[in-house]
Amino acid sequence: MGEAAVAEKSGSINPASRAVGLNGVTIAFTVANGTYNAVEQASLSVADGEFVSIVGPTGCGKSTLLNAAAGLIAPAAGSVDVFGRTLTGLNHDAGYLFQSDALFPWKTAIDNVAIGLEIAGVDTAEAKRRAQEWLTRVGLGNFANRYPHMLSGGQRKRVGLAQVLIRDPKILLMDEPFGPLDAQTRQIMGNLLLDLWSADKKAVLFVTHDLEEAIALSDRVVIMSAGPASHIIGDWKVPIARPRDISEVKLEKGFHELHREIWNMLKAEVLKGYAQSGA
Amino acid sequence: MSRITLLTLQVLVAVVAIAIWHFATTVPVFGRLLLPPFFFSNPFDVAERIYKWFYTGSVWRHLWITLAESTLAFVIGSLGGALVGFWFARRPIVAAVFDPYVKMMNALPRVVLAPIFALWLGLGIWSKVALGFTLVFFVVFFNVYQGVKEVSPTILANARMLGMNERQLMRNVYWPSALSWMFSSLHTSVGFAVVGAVVGEYLGSAAGLGYLIQQAEGVFDVAGVFAGMFVLSAFVIVIDVLVSMVERRLLVWRPTVGEARA
Repeated sequence: MGEAAVAEKSGSINPASRAVGLNGVTIAFTVANGTYNAVEQASLSVADGEFVSIVGPTGCGKSTLLNAAAGLIAPAAGSVDVFGRTLTGLNHDAGYLFQSDALFPWKTAIDNVAIGLEIAGVDTAEAKRRAQEWLTRVGLGNFANRYPHMLSGGQRKRVGLAQVLIRDPKILLMDEPFGPLDAQTRQIMGNLLLDLWSADKKAVLFVTHDLEEAIALSDRVVIMSAGPASHIIGDWKVPIARPRDISEVKLEKGFHELHREIWNMLKAEVLKGYAQSGA
Repeated sequence: MSRITLLTLQVLVAVVAIAIWHFATTVPVFGRLLLPPFFFSNPFDVAERIYKWFYTGSVWRHLWITLAESTLAFVIGSLGGALVGFWFARRPIVAAVFDPYVKMMNALPRVVLAPIFALWLGLGIWSKVALGFTLVFFVVFFNVYQGVKEVSPTILANARMLGMNERQLMRNVYWPSALSWMFSSLHTSVGFAVVGAVVGEYLGSAAGLGYLIQQAEGVFDVAGVFAGMFVLSAFVIVIDVLVSMVERRLLVWRPTVGEARA
């Protein structure tokens, strides 16, 4: 597998069952001396119900690509399609879990979760009831009336997950959501995510810099090249059976082999990234 | 430090300061007083004066007038500052056009406006309310402007991804953020409302604490001036405690109740 697989993969998914498609997406930023292409000609398909991770060196534009899928950034060239329709404006089929804190600090945990329903017109009592259910589901049933600053980093991520999932989006976009957490909490959150995901198999696009996490969670792992003008250079299927337990998946046959194979490619990009940023 | 120790030390500061004052104004050192009582009065005279004011009840009317002026200045100034701050923050073009004028107005010492307000609005409470308004307005305006401008981009993106339209963003994101900034400047703006009222009274009025002080000063009644100052200080402290209580209730969601003194 490798570069050849990219082209083959993008074409192989039937457009109708394709949740998100990035077609030759280029994203440019205006900088002091002209424009800078963060992402150039990136193509990727995520099938409905498929869990895909994007891994790449820091600063390669993974988050930028995710923002394009969310409709938060419009591509300079290429297009994004969602369930067969070309995306213009925000992607309303998607829920987005951000890397940094995105909860409303002036709302309690339950209000943070309920807000997605309230703005959609669900009445307050019903929204709160369902929010309480979701808080229980993510293990925070007794923390409904806490404000975000009274919760730990991991608990805030749980609230964030509930906030996004209560709207039942068909697509879940995640930008290094567990990045700021410690190793144990990450594993626990990973297992929680897989539990919730397996219940109704949404399409997931998960950005991370942690290859082990990517393999443990995903159906497919794609690798981005170092920026600028980064694009997708590798695409691997993860042949590990589900359900998985994050803390044990590393012992599975095939995990190490796959990890070594992907890491060989990723390492070169990581080094390239360091060389360019002068670090 | 425990509460009791802290309180004891705080009281001790007052006791020592008053003792020094008393000593310097009543006990002769080498045949002469360190501070001439004509200019510095003494603690007993001042205390007696304050007692008399409250005993006869003559001071209540003045306190009430000053309180009414401060409250009106605070409420109207906050409302105006919040609305204009919000408007400017959401309409960058308006903000850009008015920017030099806002800066000019804010740089102007408000005391020079007092005679104008007295001419326009008379010697009653409204000229003082106007003076307090010009002070409170800018504090609140700048804070709300900042609050709306500095909403975290992540929170904003999250709100949009959750499906909020422009109106819902206002209600659920911009407004709470602006309010939190406004409340963090509550001490400053309440203080300015009182300053506006008292300075206005001092410069021309028929009632209020500022008037009381000004009257005493006019007849070289130093005990009266000091008494007025003490009553005013106590008044401000009481208001500040009330503000702190309101703040604690309103900003429960804050990690630390910050007291940004702009």
